[in-house]
Amino acid sequence: MNLSNLKRIRITISIVFFLLLSALFLDFNNSLSPAYTNYFTFLQFVPSLIKFLGLAGITAAGFIIVLALTVMFGRVYCSSICPMGTLQDIFSFIHKKFRKKKYFRLLKPSNWLRYSLLSLSVIFFLFGSLFIINLLDPYSNFGRIYAQLLKPILLYTYNFVAIYLEKFNIYWINPVEMRGTNPVIMIFPAAFLTLVFILSFFYGRLFCNTVCPVGSLLGLVSKFSFFKIKIDEKNCIGCNLCERNCKSGCIDKKNKTVDFSRCVACYNCLNVCPSKGIDYKLSFNKKEIAKEDVAEVETVDSAKRQFLISVGLFIAGSSKLVSAQTKIISTKLSKNPIFRKHPVTPPGSLSLKHFTSNCTACHLCVSSCPTQVLQPSFLEYGVLGMLQPRMDYNRSFCNFDCVICSEVCPNGAILPIKLDKKKLTQLGKAKFIPDNCIVHTEKTDCGACSEHCPTKAVIMVPYGDVRAPEVHDEFCIGCGACEYACPVKPYKAIYVEANTTHQTAKKKEEKKIEKKVNYQEDFPF
Amino acid sequence: MERREFIKRSALASVALSSTLTLGNFSNLFAGSLPSNKAYDLVAIKGGEADAMFDKGIASLGGMKNFVKKGQKVVIKPNIGWDVVPEKGANTNPRLVARIIQHCLNAGAKEVFVFDHTCDNWTRCYSNSGIERAVKDAGGTIVSGATEGYYHDVTIKNGKALKNAKVHELILDSDVFINVPVLKHHMAGKLTVGMKNMMGVVWDRQQWHRNDLQQSIADFAAFKKPNLTVVDAYLVMMKNGPRGTSKEDVVLMKQQIISTDIVAADAAAAKIFGMEPDDVPHIKIADQMKLGRKDLSKLNINRIKI
Repeated sequence: MNLSNLKRIRITISIVFFLLLSALFLDFNNSLSPAYTNYFTFLQFVPSLIKFLGLAGITAAGFIIVLALTVMFGRVYCSSICPMGTLQDIFSFIHKKFRKKKYFRLLKPSNWLRYSLLSLSVIFFLFGSLFIINLLDPYSNFGRIYAQLLKPILLYTYNFVAIYLEKFNIYWINPVEMRGTNPVIMIFPAAFLTLVFILSFFYGRLFCNTVCPVGSLLGLVSKFSFFKIKIDEKNCIGCNLCERNCKSGCIDKKNKTVDFSRCVACYNCLNVCPSKGIDYKLSFNKKEIAKEDVAEVETVDSAKRQFLISVGLFIAGSSKLVSAQTKIISTKLSKNPIFRKHPVTPPGSLSLKHFTSNCTACHLCVSSCPTQVLQPSFLEYGVLGMLQPRMDYNRSFCNFDCVICSEVCPNGAILPIKLDKKKLTQLGKAKFIPDNCIVHTEKTDCGACSEHCPTKAVIMVPYGDVRAPEVHDEFCIGCGACEYACPVKPYKAIYVEANTTHQTAKKKEEKKIEKKVNYQEDFPF
Repeated sequence: MERREFIKRSALASVALSSTLTLGNFSNLFAGSLPSNKAYDLVAIKGGEADAMFDKGIASLGGMKNFVKKGQKVVIKPNIGWDVVPEKGANTNPRLVARIIQHCLNAGAKEVFVFDHTCDNWTRCYSNSGIERAVKDAGGTIVSGATEGYYHDVTIKNGKALKNAKVHELILDSDVFINVPVLKHHMAGKLTVGMKNMMGVVWDRQQWHRNDLQQSIADFAAFKKPNLTVVDAYLVMMKNGPRGTSKEDVVLMKQQIISTDIVAADAAAAKIFGMEPDDVPHIKIADQMKLGRKDLSKLNINRIKI
């Protein structure tokens, strides 16, 4: 095969993945069937790995394919499948259009940094926390950039057009309500995007070779790859073109070596070489591998030791202490503040523990949720669970007839759940605070909570001349409709306290109304 | 005395209507007004499909052309509050909504808009209720009620509890406002019909809940009275309202009330449901505020059985 075709194939595949994932995260009308989303995310390394460890099923074998590909051809993942990789290429491409010096340069490997971050990710993971992975995983960060930054921009534009057309009485497109823009949450993807932008703008794929834990891990694997990029000393004329076109800065023309652990398999070098001086072929140079490896292992070890202690201390110190609790806020009136002990996790997530230890906060569920009740957390799960989504009953509530989040989750943090089962899955229980309730304080009708309750766990019972809520929490599924609808300010009179492990609610038995209507009977007036 | 007259009239009406009916369902759209010296205050229809009942009812009120003039802009406000299928009776019957649109267009309406500020997610409510499809097929325009930008501040001068609200611009701008509630049990308001249905034209419903719900419901009727209220009592939710839990909650009643008087329509609907108008606090309040008449015995009612 002509090696110059490889680059073309790589670019095509990367664009396909990039566009599919972009569409997935920007799809605000849920026009893409959630049934297909798992195909789009199947090959994303971190979600697939985490799903596999949780499920060990064929549905989560994507990362094995990635590992196999890496063993065969090197880090093809980084240049074709990873959407963050493609995003960086886009930045580099833009820069290339404007800069005078149209080339990259050789970069020293930042082994200490990259293996430290990888070790940290692994150590945290072994301790049951996805904190570091969540912060660094390229797919999840890509998701957050889209869900938290690009999607709001898209929606603002869309809504602007809709409102403009409405001035002329044209209602072709309807504005989409946005309940989820939180500036504090936006800081994280914004900071990450800035970092990636700067690095890719000036240094090609430096991010992938210093920060990204997937890149570092695949880098370790790629040392053993069957196919490697090598400089053919016989043919090389020393023109320097390969080095100048290497996004990873891993080709050393002077010493005629390629650091394949940093190579993202973009195949740019193959295309520019005028003399067949660079080759991509089967190679089993055991000696070389062994030599390099010794050096790497040492760095990994020292990094590990160094961080193990601090990490241990950090986890012990902060996870419990800093798990902040949200106060339900508004403006005035009711007196009794509410403190939720735990955030509510979405249906299908089984338990707080299962959810937090499997979610990498890619925000695909946040982006897909039709009612926008799923919102990224800030400190509700504690510092270590930062950005993982939670059910935000201040903004919305969980639609009774919907399981979309469980269908799209690529990590298995929210496992697929059948609609019938979901309707009886108790995420939490409604708690009623009579002293905050309008009916009790003002003696007027309200009933917003009961009105919204899909299972009638909240019913209205006579209370003087009016009707007051009464909660039968065995029927409650914790959807939060009552809490969302409760009009009292600043503290709600009804709220959902999470079940740390989801339970099964009782089904309310309904008797058919036996009423024969005689259509010939006279009207009662 | 009056009663006898009603019977006479309704007999006349049914004769006239059955003749048009034989021409086929669609011909009813063009049915002219019946000769009536004194217009009915309220029409109650029983025993037919929702759209057929409307054909007869509106014809006995002189046809839609009595309410919609050529080139006018019409807004129809059904209840589309919940993400449930039509069989659960939580939303207005889509066939009825479609039929009203057709009548409006035939009367020469320039455009017919339909919206509701839903409780569940609006896109799901619109599609699952069957109303979005029905509206589009009938030639109407379905509009979102889920955007604050569409709602504008108004002052409610005669309001006792509700002094101001943000109201959907279609309600404020349209020439004709047709309110099409579905009759349902309501755990808090006791019953939801026409006046309660108007909660779906404002942005902040919680404000009503906070400030004496029953008074607020009546207050809003003081601000805006629909030109026509069509109560859909075809499939009636008898318990667990207003959302309902299952199909076990509903009864096939096959009835409909049409009136220009929203209070009268609500009072008649309460009777159909098996309650007295006075049992529903906001009907009583609205009557006291003279927003309409709850005393059905004083009204000129046309009763039609199909």
